[in-house]
Amino acid sequence: MSESIIQIQHLTKNFGGGPGEVHALADINLDIRQGEIFGIIGLSGAGKSTLVRCMNLLERPTSGTVLVDGKDMTALSEGELRLQRRKITMIFQSFNLLMQRTCLKNVCFPMEIAGVPKAQARKRAGELLELVGLADKANAYPAQLSGGQKQRVAVARALATDPKVLLCDEATSALDPTTTVSILELLKDLNAKLGVTVVVITHQMSVIEAICSRVAILDGGSVAELGPVQDIFSNPSTDAARRLVYPGGASVSQYPAGTRAARVSFNGGTVNQPLIASLAIDCGVKVSILGADTRSVGGKATGTMLLSLPDDPNEAARALSYIRSQPYITVEEVEYRG
Amino acid sequence: MAEIFTSAFWAEYGGILAEGVWDTLMMTAVSTFLAYLIGLPMGVVMILTQPHGIRPNRVVNAVLGWIINIGRSLPFIILMIALFPFTKFVVGTKIGIKGAVVPLVVSAAPFIARMVETSLSEVDAGVVEAAQSMGASNFQIVWKVYLPEAKPSLVLGGSVVLIAIVGYTAMAGTMGAGGLGDLAIRYGHQRNVPSVMWITVIFLIILVQVVQSVFSRLSVRIDKRLK
Repeated sequence: MSESIIQIQHLTKNFGGGPGEVHALADINLDIRQGEIFGIIGLSGAGKSTLVRCMNLLERPTSGTVLVDGKDMTALSEGELRLQRRKITMIFQSFNLLMQRTCLKNVCFPMEIAGVPKAQARKRAGELLELVGLADKANAYPAQLSGGQKQRVAVARALATDPKVLLCDEATSALDPTTTVSILELLKDLNAKLGVTVVVITHQMSVIEAICSRVAILDGGSVAELGPVQDIFSNPSTDAARRLVYPGGASVSQYPAGTRAARVSFNGGTVNQPLIASLAIDCGVKVSILGADTRSVGGKATGTMLLSLPDDPNEAARALSYIRSQPYITVEEVEYRG
Repeated sequence: MAEIFTSAFWAEYGGILAEGVWDTLMMTAVSTFLAYLIGLPMGVVMILTQPHGIRPNRVVNAVLGWIINIGRSLPFIILMIALFPFTKFVVGTKIGIKGAVVPLVVSAAPFIARMVETSLSEVDAGVVEAAQSMGASNFQIVWKVYLPEAKPSLVLGGSVVLIAIVGYTAMAGTMGAGGLGDLAIRYGHQRNVPSVMWITVIFLIILVQVVQSVFSRLSVRIDKRLK
């Protein structure tokens, strides 16, 4: 495994103090590796934005350490921190471009701050705009661009100081699905071409699915699950993970008491495995689907399905053991708890 | 009123009217310039030190806020009289353009501070955060983010300030500062030559119209958000 670029140890962040204190993050431990695309997902209020702001110290952690490229961010002086921030740049949901500057000058901005000579900065800015596919918009103002184009300018701007890490804070949340895909492609492409580590903060599982290799699920200010995207998708083991992976998820609680049901998890078998049909044909048990949320990730079926079991206990047991015998499928009987 | 079209009227009053116009313009220009030198940094400091600013400081923010409020709560004419000793101490005289500039600056600076504060508060906090995330210092954020991004709004605020100061100069005129206010009260009121007063009124209307339309157009022209 390649070495880590961001190491977060026992990170805690509280806001306010006294009785009204809010615990935004509690004992976060993360290890983000150089060159990977790492996803952090969570619902609103889970602490994602606070966590990403603790990485470049826009928010100062209450306790714990944040190591970026070997340096403890919390121990740096103001001047050192400003230098270090050039290595860990950021793009935002609302783009945050300077509205009174042209695209080219926006990309020049971080270089101006870093004291890069003007001519050199302009040249590099031109190259970066070309890299993100907007060379023709160099002299346009942000107000003249579409959302996707604005985010491309923001990406070019974030790359101007040759960062090692690019933090993306809900970078596609304000974009339509097609534009989202194109921005994600761009990030993937830049990650491959430049080797820049990308940290993606999002509430959309589809974003994680599209480009991340590993993901951390944040829930209530702590990491609920952490691992390769494939694993988390196929077998979400915590409630938080299930809520995110299957937002419309089948929940037994919506059915009347006494309903016997089984939750079937597809853990990455082939997509065209006809479970329900084979169950009916091979063991003659008819079940109905109460709810399902499945998807195909790279040709593998993942997801859960909630099946109602026959009232006859023998038939139900037969069905369960049949399902259990199938590859890449796990099943558990669930009961309605009223 | 018809007499303003006669050459005799202009022979008698042309000179003093021209002088009055000049004095008013000078007082307005000089005191606006000096007041911005004080008010602009005050407005910037108010924005930086506010609770969610980039350099929060409750004490500085509160104290500066009080000073601005005190300055703004005194009507100009009262402030001018109250400041006479101070004015005399600073510029050596209480009258004339020199004497008027001191109270004009003292009165306009807090007003400008609030106008600047309002303009800068319209700058998107996200853009400021973006600059911070790139390692910008607070000084760079002021020069390269706050002021340029707020420029159209600052220009519009400038027209409000200029017009307010024109109004103040007229009041200063009644207390010996010269300018159009002085002419209006001495000729229009005390000597009963209303035509002189009406000329000043017409001139002031034109002045305000010109300032407002020039600044409004400039503000629109430099605002790249509207393109």
